[in-house]
Amino acid sequence: MPQPSAFSRRRFLQLSALSSGVILAGQNTTADIRELGPWASPYGKRSRHETAVRDATGIVMQESETPQQALSGTITPSALHYERHHAGIPDINPDTHQLLIHGMVERPLTFSMADLYRMPQTCRTYFLECAGNGEHSFEVGEKTSPQKLCGLFSQSEWCGVALGSLLRETGLKPRASWLLAEGADACLLTRSIPVEQALDNVIVAYAQNGEAVRPAQGYPLRLIVPGCEGNMNVKWLRRIEVSDQPFMTREETSKYSDPLRNGTVRQFSFVMDAKSIITRPTYPMQLEKGWHEIRGVAWSGRGKVKSVEVSDDGGKSWHSADIQPPILNKSSVRFGLLWNWDGTERILTSRATDDTGYVQPSVKELIAIRGKQSLRYHNNTMISWRVQPDGLVTYLRTD
Amino acid sequence: MKAPVTVLLMCLSVQLIAQPRDMAPLDVGKPASQDLIHRWNTAIQPDGRGLPPGQGCVSEGKRLYAKQCAACHGEEGKGGVYDVLVGRLPEGSFPFATEAGHKKTIGNYWPWPTTLFDYIRRAMPFLTPGTLSDAQTYSLCAYLLHLNDLLPENACLDADKLPKIVMPAQHRFVPDNRLQTSSVR
Ligand code: HEC
Repeated sequence: MPQPSAFSRRRFLQLSALSSGVILAGQNTTADIRELGPWASPYGKRSRHETAVRDATGIVMQESETPQQALSGTITPSALHYERHHAGIPDINPDTHQLLIHGMVERPLTFSMADLYRMPQTCRTYFLECAGNGEHSFEVGEKTSPQKLCGLFSQSEWCGVALGSLLRETGLKPRASWLLAEGADACLLTRSIPVEQALDNVIVAYAQNGEAVRPAQGYPLRLIVPGCEGNMNVKWLRRIEVSDQPFMTREETSKYSDPLRNGTVRQFSFVMDAKSIITRPTYPMQLEKGWHEIRGVAWSGRGKVKSVEVSDDGGKSWHSADIQPPILNKSSVRFGLLWNWDGTERILTSRATDDTGYVQPSVKELIAIRGKQSLRYHNNTMISWRVQPDGLVTYLRTD
Repeated sequence: MKAPVTVLLMCLSVQLIAQPRDMAPLDVGKPASQDLIHRWNTAIQPDGRGLPPGQGCVSEGKRLYAKQCAACHGEEGKGGVYDVLVGRLPEGSFPFATEAGHKKTIGNYWPWPTTLFDYIRRAMPFLTPGTLSDAQTYSLCAYLLHLNDLLPENACLDADKLPKIVMPAQHRFVPDNRLQTSSVR
């Protein structure tokens, strides 16, 4: 019997019928006829029934938000990782890409991708959060989803070379105290980072969730600064210049700085403080009475999440939620708490505490200290949801 | 018979396998060419390090701005689709934390004048970044600082003069102080 040239169903049925001695022709043996699906493919796709997508916004679509309410676990699929671009996504050939390290170093060097692959690989799971995540919390209405409130937050496993290893190759001059990281996008985006911080687990990453970093995330190289605001995690990294002072780039002065009530501006507020959000049940879910798991994500840029509490009465009483391992440094956790809805109006809120003892503040607390307009950046306040008696869940502003 | 082999392997591993903690440089990476460093070394520091030779004046900046910037940032730096560039606040007033509706501008918020040169040459005009010459960039800085009442109409800027301009909000900028406490900041 010759091998069939194509795996068509008809041909397969004929072959199986012949070999088992059963004659199918003209017979309706069963109502449960099954069709074979497509076979293996070079690069996978999700089910055509899955529709969760990023939500691109801005005048030139400069950002897109992760659909938090559709996700499970703590790894954001790379295709749904949030985006914030300042000059679009460059198309970079990894074969010619190079990383230049110069300035106050002993030996100015360039590294090709091949050079970087030779060096020890560091892999860590870290979250990325735009400093502007939650920027519109006090403007939007009740029909607002977690994606709109907290979409500029994602998490990946990043692999690459420790920046410290590269700085060991170049050496540092004694006065070196800050460095500038520069991207290869059209606006050559730059940020200053203290050398001390650069040596603290910063990764020059070439991989994200097991494959090459996505173009929208900085292909072929992205700086990963654990726990720090997204903008510092410079994408399309091409240059590091070492100096003895911060460069005072536009992104760390005009933007991403926090004006405070006392008339000062807090600058270099790198670390993203502890935050959590319930992702289910949230708008636009319609609840039925009975048991539901309240679940969500929590994280802290200062360290590990120690606990997450959930309230269903607007913060009068708090209940400890279960946290799913692993609990990693500067990495998000999933929390969950089983809850029986009795059909009355409830206010659901979560709050995270990290291992430094820092507790996620309420909106009123943080506004009292910083001022409401200051919360356009670095807004890590609690987020509340109203479960209406008719079962619809809506966002509840608490400013 | 086993012991000598192990010893031999250990000797070899001393040379072939480095322990990260006491590692000398691996000699990976190539010496950077002076040409590449020269081409990419464009960042300006707040003390003026990195500023190129040349100069530019308010009058030329005004002409350039009308042609290349006004469409997006508005006539005289206000009322455009994108970031407002011009505007001052009364002495002592700094309402950005508490009052809605105030736009941060070069004149009322930017702490360093050097940032202006660095950012404009690096990133503007938005759709054609990299097209401005050093002299044109000095002119645009001069014009925008003039519109913000920080330079007279006949002023010109160069590497010496630009860093000396004291921006009105500079004294307000303080480094992050949140992490010394676990309480809310
Ligand atoms: C096509 C529209 C467009 C043109 C033309 C344009 N800009 Fe911009 N400009 C932008 C956008 C958009 C941003 C914000 C970019 C971002 O945030 O990444 C911006 C930001 C800026 C900023 C920073 C504002 C702040 O407060 O941080 C300055 C300064 C600036 N532009 C100056 C100029 C100058 C000078 C020119 C002319 C040479 C120019 N722009 C031409 C769109 C434009």
